[in-house]
Amino acid sequence: MGKYLIINGIKVFFDNEKNILEVIRKAKIELPTFCYHSELSTYGSCRLCMVEVENMGITPACSTPCSSGMIINTNTEKIINMRKIVIELLLANHDRECTTCQKSQSCKLQTLARRLGIETVRFKNVTHKTDKDLSTYALVREQDKCVLCGDCVRFCDEIQSIGALGFVNRGSKSVVCPSFGKDLELSECVYCGQCSRVCPTGAIIPRSEVREVWKALSDKNKKVIVAIAPAVRAAIGEVFGLVNESGARAAGRVVTALKNMGFYKVFDVSFTADMTIVEEANEFLERLKEDNIPLFTSCCPAWVKFVEQYYPEFIKNLSTCRSPQGMYGAVAKRIMPKILGVKKEDLVVVSIMPCTAKKYEARRKELADNGEVDIDYVITTQELAMMIEESGLRFQDLEPYAFNMPLGFKTGAGVIFGNSGGVTEAVLRNVASSIADGQDESEQFSFVRGDNGIREATINLLGRELKIAIIYGLKNARQVLRELKTEKRKYDFVEVMACPGGCVGGAGQPIYNDLVTRQNRAKVLYENDKTLELHKPQDNPYVQKLYNDYLGGAPGSTKAHEYLHTHYKYKKRYKESVAISDNDNKGVEVNVCFGNHCMKRGSKDILKHIVEYVESKKCKDKVNIAASICLEKCFSAPNVKVAGTTISKPSDKVIEEAVDKELK
Amino acid sequence: MKSNYEKFKSVCSILEEYSFDKSKLIPILQAIQEEYKYLPQEILAFISSALNISPAKVYGVATFYSHFSLTPKGKHIIRVCDGTACHVKKSSSIIEALRKKLNLSESERTTEDMLFTLETVACLGACGLAPVLVVDDKVYGQMTESKAVTLIEQIKG
Repeated sequence: MGKYLIINGIKVFFDNEKNILEVIRKAKIELPTFCYHSELSTYGSCRLCMVEVENMGITPACSTPCSSGMIINTNTEKIINMRKIVIELLLANHDRECTTCQKSQSCKLQTLARRLGIETVRFKNVTHKTDKDLSTYALVREQDKCVLCGDCVRFCDEIQSIGALGFVNRGSKSVVCPSFGKDLELSECVYCGQCSRVCPTGAIIPRSEVREVWKALSDKNKKVIVAIAPAVRAAIGEVFGLVNESGARAAGRVVTALKNMGFYKVFDVSFTADMTIVEEANEFLERLKEDNIPLFTSCCPAWVKFVEQYYPEFIKNLSTCRSPQGMYGAVAKRIMPKILGVKKEDLVVVSIMPCTAKKYEARRKELADNGEVDIDYVITTQELAMMIEESGLRFQDLEPYAFNMPLGFKTGAGVIFGNSGGVTEAVLRNVASSIADGQDESEQFSFVRGDNGIREATINLLGRELKIAIIYGLKNARQVLRELKTEKRKYDFVEVMACPGGCVGGAGQPIYNDLVTRQNRAKVLYENDKTLELHKPQDNPYVQKLYNDYLGGAPGSTKAHEYLHTHYKYKKRYKESVAISDNDNKGVEVNVCFGNHCMKRGSKDILKHIVEYVESKKCKDKVNIAASICLEKCFSAPNVKVAGTTISKPSDKVIEEAVDKELK
Repeated sequence: MKSNYEKFKSVCSILEEYSFDKSKLIPILQAIQEEYKYLPQEILAFISSALNISPAKVYGVATFYSHFSLTPKGKHIIRVCDGTACHVKKSSSIIEALRKKLNLSESERTTEDMLFTLETVACLGACGLAPVLVVDDKVYGQMTESKAVTLIEQIKG
C-alpha cells in the first residue's frame, strides 16, 4: 500500500513530495500561490494556498508536510472567501494601472483576480505613487506593484548568492529594494533578471527598448540590422501557442516577421557564436600550452560581472573572447558597413536576446569602439513578441524565411550555445580532431548535457585528460570558485551560465514557471543542431571567409584580437568610505583600505600609525584620513592611497614620506 | 565627544570581539549604535563587507527593528511611554506638549541643535508610575505636561 492523501474526496498517492501543495498540484489542481517556487525555499507569506485539513483546520499547503491518510479540502466556502479577501487586500495596496502595465496578461495577480471572480475591491486604495527605478538598462523596478512575496529576494540570495534586493522596514511600511534604498545601478545586481521572471506582478520587469527600435525603423536615413540569439527560437513560439515547433521553423518565422517590420537585414547570432568558439578554442589551446588554466567561459555577462565584483583573483581566467553578442556588435559596426556598402553612421544595430544582462553588456565600456557602443539596442524575446503583436502579424501563420548572408549561416555548434553545456560541447567539437567511425558529430560529446547545476566531465583529448565543469546558477559558481581556491577542485575548462538551464531559461524569455518548458526549449536547440548540415564551428565557410577577408586569416591574429577580444576589470562593490579625520574632509586625502584582504593584513596598524604621525606633526587640519572599503588591489594588500596614488604593502616610512611630499 | 578615529577603532574592536561572525549581526549593530548613537550608512556598508553579508540584508535588519536608528540622534533621548496605562493617563498630551516645546513633529524627531530626540515607546514596564517618561535612562514617573516641560528646561540649563 502506497502513501496517499484524500484531496476533495479523491485518493492521490504520493512518495517524496515535500509538502501537500506539490501533491495537490500533482492531482491537477492549480492551487494559487505567489510566494511558492519549487526551486526556492518555502516562505509561506502569501496565504493563498490555504486548504482545510480534517482534524488540523485551515493550513497553508506549501508549508504542511504530507502524512498518509490526510483528508484535504481545497475549495470550502471558508477558504474561497479567504482567498478572495487576500486578493482584495493586495489589490487595495496595488497600482492597478493594468492596461498600461508591461506584465498585463502574464501577471499572476491579474490572473487570480479574474480566476477568483473578484468584482469589487471593498478596501480603499492606499498606494502612494513612487518613482520608477530606471537606473539600469536591464531592469525597471516599480514598487507600487510589489506584493511582498519575496520571490525576487530569495532567488537573488538562494540561487544567485548576490542578495542585491532585500526587505526594508516592517509591517505596513515594508518594501523590497536594494540596500540603503538606493537605485539598482548602485547595488551588486549582476542583471541576470531572474527576479523579473519570478516576480508575479510587474514590480520588476525587463527594461523595454521597443520604442527606440520602432523609431530607428521609421527613420528613412537609417538601415537597421538585427540578429537573433540561439535561445530565442526555442521560446518565441510559446507566446503564440505554437508547441513543439522546430527551431528552424520558429527562426524562419522570426525572420519573416522582422523583414515585415522593416529591418534591412536579419542575421543569426549563432553565426558569431561559431566565431566565439573558434576564437575561444584557440585561446584554450594556447592556455593549455602555457598551463594558464582553468579557462572560464565569458559568454554570460552576469557571470562576468559576478567574477569582476566578487572574485577579482579569477579575472585572469575569464576568456578574453567577446561573447557572441559582443562579436556580432564588432562585426556589424566595423565590418558590415564595408560588406553592405552602408555608411557606419547610417547603420543601426539591434540584437534580440533571451537575456536582460545583455542589455547591460551592450553598454559595457570595454566593448565600445572609441567610446561608441557597437550595439545600439538590445531587445528580449518578450519584447520581440510585443513587437510582433504590435505589428498585427499573425506569427503562427507566417511562412518561414531564410536569414541574410553572410551572418545568417551557422553550424549546429552555434545553435546549442543557448543551453547549459552548449558552449562546452561546441568547444570540444572544435578541438577534437577526429571522430570515431559511424558516430554522429552532433552526439559525440552529448555527455556534457544535463539538468544539474554543477556537472563534471573528464575526457581524453589532445593527448591528455581534460577536466571540465559545467555550471548554472551563480551560487553554484560561487561554491566551485571557493573550492578552486582551496584546490579541492581542479579543472581545465569551466563553463558558467547564470540562469538555470542556461540562456534558454533567461529572464528575457517568455515567462515560464515549470521545468518542463525549460527542458523542451533545450530539446528544440539540440534537435535544431541535428537537422543542420554542419556541426563543427570551424567548418562554417562564412566564418572562414570573414577571417580571411577581414580578421587576419586565422583565430588569434592581431586583427582578431582587436575586433573579437575584450578585457575585464575589478568592479568595486562599495562606494562608501568612513571619515577618520574630524576636519570636514579638508586637506590631503589619505585612504586606508579596510577591505577584507587588507584588514587581515594589518590596515588597523597602518591607520594607527598615520593618525599618530599626523598628530605628532601637528597637521591634523591639512590631512583628510578616511577608511575605504576596498581600493581594488587585494592581491597586494594592505594598501594605502595618498593623494590619488595607491601604495601597496607600505612601510611606515614610505607613508610618512608620501604624506610629507603632499604637505610641502 | 569621541573623535571619528576613536569611534572607528571601537567598530573594529566590536567586530573582533564577535570574531567577524555573521550570525552575531544584531549584537554587533547594537554595540555600534551605542558608539555612534545611530547607524551611519558607511559603517553599515563596512559591516556588510567585513562580515561578508550582502548590504541589502544588513540594511533590512537595521530597518526592521525600531531600536535601530539610521538618522543621527540628539544628545539627550526622551522616551515617552504610550503603553495602555500611560495612554489612559493622557501620555499623548505630554507628547504634544514636548513636541510644541521642542518644535518637533511625528516625522521630525530630533531638534535642530541636536540636543534632544523625542521618541514614543510602547511600554516601559513602569505602569504603576504612569504616565512615565525616560530621559537618558533616568525614569520620571507621574508626569504632567508642565512637569515635562520644566524637566526639559532644567536639562537645557
